[in-house]
Amino acid sequence: MTETSKKTKEISPHASELPWFVRGLRDGIPICMGYFAVSFALGITARGIGMNALQAGLMSMGMVASAGEFAAIGLIASQAGIFEMISTCIVVNMRYFLMSCSLSQKLSPDLPFYHRLMLPYCITDEIFGLSSAVKGYLDPKYTYGMTIVSVAGWTTGTVLGVLLGNIMPAWAVNALSVSLYGMFLAIIIPPAREDRFIAGLVLLSMTASGLFSVLPVLKGISGGFKVIILTLLIAGIAAFIHPLDDEK
Amino acid sequence: MYPGIYLSLLIMCLTVYCIRMLPFLVFRKEITNRWVRSFLYYVPYVTLAVMTFPAIVTATDNIWSGIAALIVGLLAAWFKGDLFFVAISCCVTVFLTGLFL
Repeated sequence: MTETSKKTKEISPHASELPWFVRGLRDGIPICMGYFAVSFALGITARGIGMNALQAGLMSMGMVASAGEFAAIGLIASQAGIFEMISTCIVVNMRYFLMSCSLSQKLSPDLPFYHRLMLPYCITDEIFGLSSAVKGYLDPKYTYGMTIVSVAGWTTGTVLGVLLGNIMPAWAVNALSVSLYGMFLAIIIPPAREDRFIAGLVLLSMTASGLFSVLPVLKGISGGFKVIILTLLIAGIAAFIHPLDDEK
Repeated sequence: MYPGIYLSLLIMCLTVYCIRMLPFLVFRKEITNRWVRSFLYYVPYVTLAVMTFPAIVTATDNIWSGIAALIVGLLAAWFKGDLFFVAISCCVTVFLTGLFL
């Protein structure tokens, strides 16, 4: 009896919240808007090398990766060989490997296996960020909800970019393009407010990233590599000086 | 040898998928090593911070509207934290500053 009432009490605050899938659909909206602007530009680039709307749409739906797709367009344009395609894709998209490692630890050990085949498709910077911001184990339905909305925006944007070309006004592209960064801030700043170590970590990461973009030599490192190097370095040192308590 | 556009797309999509999938297959159990767990816990914060700055500042035509978006985004995230609100605040900031710059 006491056991049951205790459980009901624990569950009831969540019961009033939206189901995870619906929350995913809702949180997918700002991602979708940001993606639309970026993928529109991607579509214009694809059109520039002679790809048609079907090809570009398939690419966006199958890859769901911004820098990765710009690289893919370059590879197709230069008619690269298979080996070069695979190796370039690995290098440009390597940060997703780190993200998947991190998110794999957010899954309940009881989660059915097929989720481990479906979730990887959803790993983009934004969806990863929101999925890891969930407290406790991740319910994959949240990730799937976000993915459906975001990939719809991503693919539609790409196709329209190919079909319509440069018709989006500059002010709209400008405004939409910061939406994704706003989301990143909404993910990292609230925990930084609660936890001074995280706040320091965020500040240090931004400073290091800023230095990487202005200092000679470091400036030449591509964005994808910069993310990998700084993540390995800063998160690695942070884990050493401030390891998690066992219950976290 | 260039395999043609559709085969190229298939190969590249599969490559990207495998990069994302392998960790989910390898780390099927919860990692017990304290350092690795801590490292993976910190990864999202570092990654997203590195991707946000300085990129947000240079994302628009005008560096000042980018800086304004950063400041508004930080304040909105600090005081409200709601995802949609923060994202929209940044967009509106860029739009409004764009009218004057």
